[in-house]
Amino acid sequence: MTAGPGVTAGPGVTAGLGVTAGPGMTAGLGMTHVLRAIVEPGFLGNGPVRVALLAGGVVALVSGVVGMFTVLRGQAFAGHALADVGATGGSGAFLLGVNPLWGFVGIGVVAAGVMEIIGIRRPRGRDVATGIVLGAGLGLAALFLYWGTTFTNTTGATISVLFGSMFVISGSTVPVIIVFSLLALGVVVLLYRPLLLSSVSTEMAAVRGVAVRITGVLYLLAMAVAVSLAALTIGAILSTALLVGPAATALRLTSKTGLAMLWSGLIGVAATWLGILLAYDSFYWPPVRHGWPVSFFVVTLVFVFYLLAQLPPVGRVSGARARRARDGR
Amino acid sequence: MTTARQLTGSSADMLAVDGVSVRLGGREVLRDVRFAVRAGEFVGLIGPNGAGKTTLLRVILGLQQPSAGTVSIDGAARTRHAPAIGYVPQQVVLDPDMPLRARDLVGLGLDGNRLGVPLPSRGRRKLIDETLRAVGGERFGGERVGNLSGGEQQRVLIAHALISRPRLLLLDEPLANLDISSEQEIVELLARVAAVQRISVLLSAHEMNPLLPVMDRVVYLAAGRAASGTTDEVITTEVLSQLYGQHVDVIHVHGRILVVAARGDGPAEPVGEDGAHCAVRTVPDWE
Repeated sequence: MTAGPGVTAGPGVTAGLGVTAGPGMTAGLGMTHVLRAIVEPGFLGNGPVRVALLAGGVVALVSGVVGMFTVLRGQAFAGHALADVGATGGSGAFLLGVNPLWGFVGIGVVAAGVMEIIGIRRPRGRDVATGIVLGAGLGLAALFLYWGTTFTNTTGATISVLFGSMFVISGSTVPVIIVFSLLALGVVVLLYRPLLLSSVSTEMAAVRGVAVRITGVLYLLAMAVAVSLAALTIGAILSTALLVGPAATALRLTSKTGLAMLWSGLIGVAATWLGILLAYDSFYWPPVRHGWPVSFFVVTLVFVFYLLAQLPPVGRVSGARARRARDGR
Repeated sequence: MTTARQLTGSSADMLAVDGVSVRLGGREVLRDVRFAVRAGEFVGLIGPNGAGKTTLLRVILGLQQPSAGTVSIDGAARTRHAPAIGYVPQQVVLDPDMPLRARDLVGLGLDGNRLGVPLPSRGRRKLIDETLRAVGGERFGGERVGNLSGGEQQRVLIAHALISRPRLLLLDEPLANLDISSEQEIVELLARVAAVQRISVLLSAHEMNPLLPVMDRVVYLAAGRAASGTTDEVITTEVLSQLYGQHVDVIHVHGRILVVAARGDGPAEPVGEDGAHCAVRTVPDWE
């Protein structure tokens, strides 16, 4: 890897925006003028942009919803490892000339299985299992990415595997993305109560009749699918941001679990759509006048939302504190 | 064991533990433990830290397989999933960040194993409200469970265990980390639940004094062995000395009971009273 995405903008952005030449500022008055300054003309009429909005939106929704349990179960490291290991699958798929989505999902499912076998359900075995799988996976990714760079003599594949390629997703991939999204969402909605109870205490769940281990394995698989999908849009390295960031933001907003999951999904979608918009706007921005990478905007927005949610609520005391004040404690 | 009363097999027994032994990693954690809990009885499972209390509760729950012996619930050998048992584990960490209301955790006690999201139903809401009221938790049902005080969280966990209307309630060190007034409130709450709803309560604690006013009987666990009976029968110098395998003194002071172990060459040290550390130092094979 010779250049960062910020410098070269990445092939995804250039390919996507290159098609449409670039937005021009047409004269306008009042609201139209302001709106046009934000949403550049041609934004919604652009094919790659529309695919990015659809695929990116669906993927962000799934990542946000699935990610709530990642945060509640304390599995952010496992989620990150599954995402990083996706780079192995993505680069392998590139070498074989297969759609990278299959590489991402395939390797994610295999990695989740190996983590489970090594012992991710034991509190202390968890980090070790994750670390071992992460290390082995990234070793292979280094080899595949090196071959990919050598054979094609470009860093294009490296950049798009690691940092995403939202603007070059082919329209034919979208149905596959939606099917995988429904699978991951289905697992989380179906296992909502067992997952929630085992996040509180695996013993309480076991006593209530929850098959704790199977529940954990199925969730790990759903998480692998979610980060694999996000690897396709914002990159294998960055996909944890969409998994953990919106969830960590949403849990500050409400004390109802289901509502928090919904918020998490919506925050992810908002960050993705705004990110696409800014990437499109950035076509004439310095320093390269080639557009900034969309993944940068998405991840930065996720972080900004998170920071905003950490601000103390204005003029409102938490329910527990208000009651204690009333009770004179 | 002279004091291990042979209560097993009686038809009135809610829980019968018969000759249970457990080996973990080659070490004998429990040896031939036998006792029974009758319907509606409040029984304290007392012993120093590391005596095997949690292991014994896990065997009763079916989370740990005994190397010998049997457990029967309400006259029948325990099955893998026993809905008749409610359980409050030791030290459940409820993160203040967790978006989970107290009433939702109580609801999970009813249907936490079911698939899909819980649909709003008047019956379910009413049952949650009733159960919260029974534990004095109606005021904080809508609050984030991680923001509640230790005593309030304990009430929520008890409501979670009670909502499925179990006939046997197991609690693992529910009084640990509570201030004295919350401790007393929880003990009174559990005694009331046992009496009103006719639920058998088996509660583990390393400190027996808060339980003295409400305990019907005691199971004393030390060095992996158990003695059971009334407090007067079990908490005596003779019985506990035999259990610990060394001389201990049982001292009554101002209505409290102190169990004191004498070191071979040193001054006496309390055992039952905040006695975990002293106990481990005094009797090396207690773990």
